[in-house]
Amino acid sequence: MNESALYYEEEDSFWQGVKDCVPTLLGYLSIGFAAGVVEKTAGLSIAEIALISLILYAGSGQFIAAGMIAAAHPISAIVFTIFFVNSRHLLLSAAIAPYFRKQTIGQNILTGALLTDETFGVAINHAQHKKQLNYKWMLGLNITAYLNWVLANIAGGFFGQWIPTPEKYGLDFALPAMFIGLLILQIMSHKKYFIDIIVALSAVLIVVISSFLFPGSAGVIIATIAAATIGMVIERWK
Amino acid sequence: MYILLVIVGSAIVTFIPRVIPLVLLSRIQIPEWGINWLKHIPVAVMAALLAQELLLSNNQFSISDNLLSLLAALPTFLVAIFSRSLLGTVLVGVISLMILRFFF
Repeated sequence: MNESALYYEEEDSFWQGVKDCVPTLLGYLSIGFAAGVVEKTAGLSIAEIALISLILYAGSGQFIAAGMIAAAHPISAIVFTIFFVNSRHLLLSAAIAPYFRKQTIGQNILTGALLTDETFGVAINHAQHKKQLNYKWMLGLNITAYLNWVLANIAGGFFGQWIPTPEKYGLDFALPAMFIGLLILQIMSHKKYFIDIIVALSAVLIVVISSFLFPGSAGVIIATIAAATIGMVIERWK
Repeated sequence: MYILLVIVGSAIVTFIPRVIPLVLLSRIQIPEWGINWLKHIPVAVMAALLAQELLLSNNQFSISDNLLSLLAALPTFLVAIFSRSLLGTVLVGVISLMILRFFF
């Protein structure tokens, strides 16, 4: 009894959250560094790079912002594009909400504000066979990712011009490899192989089809909504 | 001033969709079909993000632009399935692509 209580405590501590973030760090560091380089090239100062990674805190959003700033697009167009790209967080935030019923509103605001594709993936895997996620564990995970992202951005802004591109070392593959790992872990622990593989293949197919139909990055959102609906419908009919 | 407004504006429109569902949906009882739908979001979104990374290039479908990454994905998938280690998967993926780039 005592032992299992101790184990539970240890498993869900702040530091366990920090440790569980480690597999994502190579991705954050390499992409954050690349983002810093691109932001610097787009004309942002080091202070502005620090600010954008601190308060926007989104890889795709920051790359788009830098690209559109460099091309002198109007503010409204940039903000609207980034809203659309980052609106997939609506789905991630909704999907983890059932695991955070016991937190205060303030705690949930902080958890949501630091939510990324990767921390979502790690958290939802951790949530398998659990009813609730521990706030401190989530905070450890989120803050580790956040600090590494901000530091990598600033480092990219400082040293970008002297260091060869991260692609040389295959580091640009850290992100897709992370998605592969999170997808497979999710499917393996779910043990509903048939339905999960159909959902995954539908999502892939819809992303590809969307790329022919819509400009920009609407595909991920359309594919996620449609594939989850397909999964729900098949599960009901089976 | 232009850059500052872009940063603050983008940050606000990113913050809202991250926070609102978590704050609202953790307070209410979601109907069963809603829970069943949300359960499929993780697999769907990871597969969609992966497809965007591995099959699209500048939002155009292209196998040839992504050939090396697609090849590197094979050992990465195998390691993920057999080791179930996230860190191992990322390391093998990055090293696979580095080796492929070295030869091709």
